[in-house]
Amino acid sequence: MSAGGEGGGDGQLRRALSALRHDPLALTGSAVLALLVVVGVAGSWLAPSGVNDVDVDRMLESPSWSHPFGTDELGRDVLSRVMVAARVSLQVGLVSVGIALVVGVTLGLFAGYYRGWLDNVLMRCMDVLFAFPVLLLAVAIVAVLGPGLLTAMIAIGVVYTPIFARVTRAGVLSVREQVFVRAAVSIGASDLRIMRRHVLPNIAAPLIVQTSLSLAFAILSEAALSFLGLGVQPPAPAWGRMLYDGRGFVTDAWWLGVFPGAAIFLTVLAFNLVGDALRDVLDPRQLTVSEARRSTA
Amino acid sequence: MARFVIRRLLQSGVVLLGVTLVVFLLLQLVPGDPVRVALGTRFDPQTYEALRARAGLDQPLVAQYFNYLGRALTGDLGVSFRSGRPVTSIVLERLPATLSLAVTAVVFAMLIAFPLGVLSAIRSGSFIDHAARVFSQFGVSVPDFWMGIMGILLFAGVLGWLPPSGYVALTEDPARWASHVALPAATVGLVTASILTRFIRSSMLEVLSEDYVRTAEAKGLRTRVVVLRHVLRNALIPVVTVVAVQLASLLGGVIVIEVLFAWPGIGRLTYDAVQARDYPVLQGAVLLVAALFLLVNLLVDILYARLDPRITVR
Repeated sequence: MSAGGEGGGDGQLRRALSALRHDPLALTGSAVLALLVVVGVAGSWLAPSGVNDVDVDRMLESPSWSHPFGTDELGRDVLSRVMVAARVSLQVGLVSVGIALVVGVTLGLFAGYYRGWLDNVLMRCMDVLFAFPVLLLAVAIVAVLGPGLLTAMIAIGVVYTPIFARVTRAGVLSVREQVFVRAAVSIGASDLRIMRRHVLPNIAAPLIVQTSLSLAFAILSEAALSFLGLGVQPPAPAWGRMLYDGRGFVTDAWWLGVFPGAAIFLTVLAFNLVGDALRDVLDPRQLTVSEARRSTA
Repeated sequence: MARFVIRRLLQSGVVLLGVTLVVFLLLQLVPGDPVRVALGTRFDPQTYEALRARAGLDQPLVAQYFNYLGRALTGDLGVSFRSGRPVTSIVLERLPATLSLAVTAVVFAMLIAFPLGVLSAIRSGSFIDHAARVFSQFGVSVPDFWMGIMGILLFAGVLGWLPPSGYVALTEDPARWASHVALPAATVGLVTASILTRFIRSSMLEVLSEDYVRTAEAKGLRTRVVVLRHVLRNALIPVVTVVAVQLASLLGGVIVIEVLFAWPGIGRLTYDAVQARDYPVLQGAVLLVAALFLLVNLLVDILYARLDPRITVR
């Protein structure tokens, strides 16, 4: 356990796991996420058909035993494509939130710990990023860097960095005044050691909550970018792209609109349910990321 | 109050300067020569040189930025690489469509969120409270463009009540405008309503637990009087902020919804500019949206400080 004592990372992790075990909604969300991880990892083996197996004789077939989610305009199996696309969503969610977490937490730590001009400069930079609607900034970044999986992950990572920086800074500002931090300073511990061993573990709670809720919104953002043709490029399947491709046929082939969208919805809902349960236990005063982001979006 | 307003004005000015820098740098991030990328392989060398000179790309980077800033301050955002028309007029032409969609969506959202949020707080733990919470969770989890597709499927495909996409100006034919705006506005409005419901509920619950509310109840005032006179007036102050910020974010263009419904607003313009690699139009749209967003935030902060004077003290 950290020198922070009771509020340290281990205790918070135990409380978080206990919260998930005792909340039926969070349990359901966790189960959906576990299933998603399995599908994401093993989707290409579990899928009943190849994702790009074109069959012109079976174009736009409605759901049946052989194709439970129907077929698309090229006769490809929609279920297989939905399953394989899960990997893209998870990958983009994890990598982009990872980028935002690492960069945002580092900036927030330095800003909150050193305060003064560094804090001012860093936080004004974050304010500038906050001045752009999330999706608009992501679209602009992808537009100049070129569409694709990597640029989508970078763009989403950039737009979610300020919220991590703000949450971290707010936590650091209160923790750095605590007695245990002052004690560490008085015995000559270096700034980096104090930040790593004493400050960071004690601001873990809001960061865990933020990470979980940001994953939901990163997946929504990826779906939106894919819908605009700026995410994963065809023929690789992505839920957003499948909706875009199917929108012209949706009045004749409802399954093209229903299943990929339902996959996005269930994934985002699962992350939100888990995030809300964690917030209720670890950080009840914090807004949800949806409230924070959409109200500043 | 005056000091608070001046401080906020200065802060917004600094952020706006940063925004112009980010927007300017977007063009520099384009791999290769942005004019060449935009024009493709077949282009007239004279047009190429003219566009490069007009965009100031033949100057050093710092000079380019200050030129861009100077021109932007006078309302000149450059010319489109595609049509050669001024970006400012292209962007401003799209504002009415986005404005009409955003305002309709927010009005729709308020019509749902206010009664739902207030009732859910007053009858905490009841069926309506549970329904409101499910609705909120649904709204923040559902992709708006998926809801739009489902709307098209139901109201245009199955029932045939509404057109699946398209736009008619409000000034041209109000009835046809209404039928075209209904689906996109309801789609965006439902998501906004779910966020507002959550805010109104928590804001109401906070005020309901205040001592003065308990005193009012202890005096024997009827619930309706307590809610209308004491709770609502105080609970709605923070909600004003959220409504305004939601409106600002929608003015920024709901790109995906505008693309889905072929709605010719700022979002659709941004999308078209990305597809055509028309970087000056992309820059202009992003800059205008960010500036609008900052302006609304500034106005909301000042309004909020007027409504709740404690803000200026904090």
